[in-house]
Amino acid sequence: MSMAKEGRPTAPRQPEAAPAEGDRTLTGNRGLMLEEPLIFESGAPDRTGVDLEAVPAHGFRLTGVERTAPIGLPGLSEGETVRHYTRLSRQNYGIDLGLFPLGSCTMKHNPRLNEKLARLPGFADIHPLQPQDTVQGALELIHVLAEWLIELTGMHGVAMAPKAGAHGELCGMLAIRAAHEARGDARRVVLVPESAHGTNPATAAFCGYAVENIPADARGRVDLAALEARLGPDVAAVMITNPNTCGLFEPDMRRISDAVHAAGAYVYCDGANFNAIVGRVRPGDLGVDAMHINLHKTFSTPHGGGGPGSGPVVLSEALSPFGPLPFVVRHADGRFHLVEEETAASEGHDRAFGRMAAFHGQMGMFVRALAYIMSHGADGLRQVAEDAVLNANYVLRSLEDVMTAPFAHAGPCMHEALFDDGFLEGTGVTTLDIAKALIDEGFHPMTMYFPLVVHGAMLVEPTETESKARLDQFIAVMRDLAVRAKAGEAQSFRSAPRFAPRARLDETRAARQPVLTWRPPADDRLAAE
Amino acid sequence: MRYLPLTEDDRRAMLQAVGAATIDDLFVDVPPEARLAGPIPGLPLHQGELQVERALGRLAARNMAAGAHPFFLGAGAYRHHVPASVDHLIQRGEFLTSYTPYQPEIAQGTLQYLFEFQTQVARLFGMEVANASMYDGSTAMTEAIFMAQRVTRRAKTIVSCGVHPHYVRAAQTLCRFTGDALLTGVPTLCSAPPTDDFDDLVAHLGSDTSAVVVQYPDIFGHVADLAPLAEACHARGALLIVVVTEPVALGLIRAPGEMGADIVVGEGQSLGVGLQFGGPHLGLFAAREKFVRQMPGRLCGQTVDADGRRGFVLTLSTREQHIRREKATSNICTNSGLMSLAFSIHLTLLGEAGLRRLAALNHARACQTADRLAAIPGVRLLTDRFFNEFAVELSVPARQAVRDMAEMGVLGGVSAARLWPEEPALERVLLVAATETVEPTDIDALARALIETLGTEYAGA
Repeated sequence: MSMAKEGRPTAPRQPEAAPAEGDRTLTGNRGLMLEEPLIFESGAPDRTGVDLEAVPAHGFRLTGVERTAPIGLPGLSEGETVRHYTRLSRQNYGIDLGLFPLGSCTMKHNPRLNEKLARLPGFADIHPLQPQDTVQGALELIHVLAEWLIELTGMHGVAMAPKAGAHGELCGMLAIRAAHEARGDARRVVLVPESAHGTNPATAAFCGYAVENIPADARGRVDLAALEARLGPDVAAVMITNPNTCGLFEPDMRRISDAVHAAGAYVYCDGANFNAIVGRVRPGDLGVDAMHINLHKTFSTPHGGGGPGSGPVVLSEALSPFGPLPFVVRHADGRFHLVEEETAASEGHDRAFGRMAAFHGQMGMFVRALAYIMSHGADGLRQVAEDAVLNANYVLRSLEDVMTAPFAHAGPCMHEALFDDGFLEGTGVTTLDIAKALIDEGFHPMTMYFPLVVHGAMLVEPTETESKARLDQFIAVMRDLAVRAKAGEAQSFRSAPRFAPRARLDETRAARQPVLTWRPPADDRLAAE
Repeated sequence: MRYLPLTEDDRRAMLQAVGAATIDDLFVDVPPEARLAGPIPGLPLHQGELQVERALGRLAARNMAAGAHPFFLGAGAYRHHVPASVDHLIQRGEFLTSYTPYQPEIAQGTLQYLFEFQTQVARLFGMEVANASMYDGSTAMTEAIFMAQRVTRRAKTIVSCGVHPHYVRAAQTLCRFTGDALLTGVPTLCSAPPTDDFDDLVAHLGSDTSAVVVQYPDIFGHVADLAPLAEACHARGALLIVVVTEPVALGLIRAPGEMGADIVVGEGQSLGVGLQFGGPHLGLFAAREKFVRQMPGRLCGQTVDADGRRGFVLTLSTREQHIRREKATSNICTNSGLMSLAFSIHLTLLGEAGLRRLAALNHARACQTADRLAAIPGVRLLTDRFFNEFAVELSVPARQAVRDMAEMGVLGGVSAARLWPEEPALERVLLVAATETVEPTDIDALARALIETLGTEYAGA
């Protein structure tokens, strides 16, 4: 199969008709849908929401470097601040509001116990460079979470340092590169399936590898013959996503791993889709050498509008000696020790590839993830995977007759259901139109135009935290949209969303005439003259 | 299980609907030898909220929380008071449980605060553009080094020894693999008291130098005038990258952009985020507008919707991995969105007047602390021009002093040996930070603990 080259449209088409005059309000507000100016338009530099004590007169040691020019930072009172951000929040969709079936992103419920525990002063108010004797509980927490992740994946070790999924990929690929270099084996190529997340090829290139694509076969899996044919002494690693981005398990994973190992290379697995198999399948049993785990996906830590993430990387026995610093070990006397550069050699880790960032990883995410894991336990996590897979298959089988599901014939899907835009052919309606129409129906759209191996992809990942009733409602909406599209109602799709805080936004204009910071209106006038 | 809504009846009905007899039928693609028969043995089973809270509460109680003790640690992470409304607002579910704003029509809340955040960061740093955040200060610095190499098409970067050693090591890790040359801090420079003297850096500047990286204030707290260094860099066609680990300082000292910096990166945890044992923190990244297409990370931009109303979108994404794949400017995807919100709210609450006053308060506390410590026999002040952090040389190894003070209930600073364990010349150096959270009684406690540790008679101040 070939990659879809056609991206999604970026500029809105003109609506068929302007909004009716009767819909207009003086403020632009519409009942509870409230407009909010920028802080630069509403604030003032001498207004503040913080009362600070008087500054004691006590020396001044900054002569020659003191700031004289104004900074240009507006302030708001506390009440205005609360209102500003509350009003902004109401222009956002979140999991707390409804189904958020963003494929590959695992938008599951974020338990509030986790938020409460992460805010305990013993976790949130400790400094990363405090003496280790004063943070034994924090080090133990990291150690306990590490042990859980090793058990759940059947791997040998884990690097807790990476800050997010892509940072974890970088960690795994650096360990692979370090392992090759330790053998004096300078391999230059990394193979990446076409269906991979964009971070995979970007990561491989970031650590200096040449990237080559491996095509997908007609069943939406890695083309095994093409992969085996390309393996050779110049290939350092293969980066595979399993379950893959078509929502399918790679049934030949063991064979792929064996072939990769026989060629002297390593298997990197993108663990973004671990939620489908947690507690039921251990990647270590499939021959994986390195896999990142997105704590902000499978283990429910909040996405927070784009971060923070956390991407611990589990490692095979072959790669563990090369993992990064720092990490936590338990000594025989029961004390926990943070292994940094100083003690790496004495702790038997002198081949570590180095440090990836300041300090020791995303502690706040570790607390949340461990609370989630302990809440579910080994039995509950298994149920998580089963319900996630059941929910996705339920969506797939309930929609395959009215939409087109390119790989539905190949058997069950895992945790996400992939559709393409075949059912929209000749209707004048696009994947983007479907997504925007879903917004009007009160759902967050699915992932659009990814993976690239199918045309106009729609990737639906309901997750296990959605009820059957909610799925039934989503299915009813999708069926209705498919019927309306086929009935020739393309025009009504084009003006969607009609009930969101904004109509379609002009992304082309944003990219062609970038406005990345606020400037006072006078500046705009000057620029225009 | 409290997070799972499906009932046994639901599961039966849904299995029937999908044509499966049991759940195992949906895992047929998994090879039989890789299927686990039941819950992984040896791991605990599910627990109630109360039990989990007890277990993690016990772990939390075994740590010395900063707020419960006289506290003077800095070295890249600073403890400031965060107004209560910050944490309340970032826990609004529409912020907390939203995703990257890929559907801008229902993500204007996130996009507008990112646009405001970008503007705040750009102004604070004295730069023209800022991105929507990176993981943390250290990874932002590494990205800045790579960006400078793309801009200048040169591969050698000079990093001052005044840059946080963790930051340097993170950059070294990547540069070792990418084949880029990184000339880093020469330890002998560090053994002398910090000064404004950049001659050693300038001496290394050549026609192959892409950038010089300095920290401001530096790891010893010293605040240098960077303008001469910027001039020297530009004269050789190199960029000046400035790293700011304590943004509160910029309420009192000149912005790096004012002094000629080309890229300014930083750690934003000081505002809104807190210590967090090192993460999640907040990477800040700003640059000159002419370099914007070489920047890593997400950018939010202003545009209009189909009805002509102002709105915001993620933009210039052709730099990014999900479009450009192996040709992207970086592999970064997830950033620190929620932390950038906390930073932005805190800065909005402060406003310009509040930030300036907060900065002045920090400086006064640090001056008080420095004067008090400098009066103790066996303590020598090494930094004379500083903001809220300074270095002192002790008559004993600083690492043991820090441990001894902790035994006395005082978290008295960061020993340089923790950061440079391989440098005997720095063995007796202690880094001390004092923010607005330090009370006069804390300074008394620190002085007493240090005197006891040094085994000297208190000379009075």
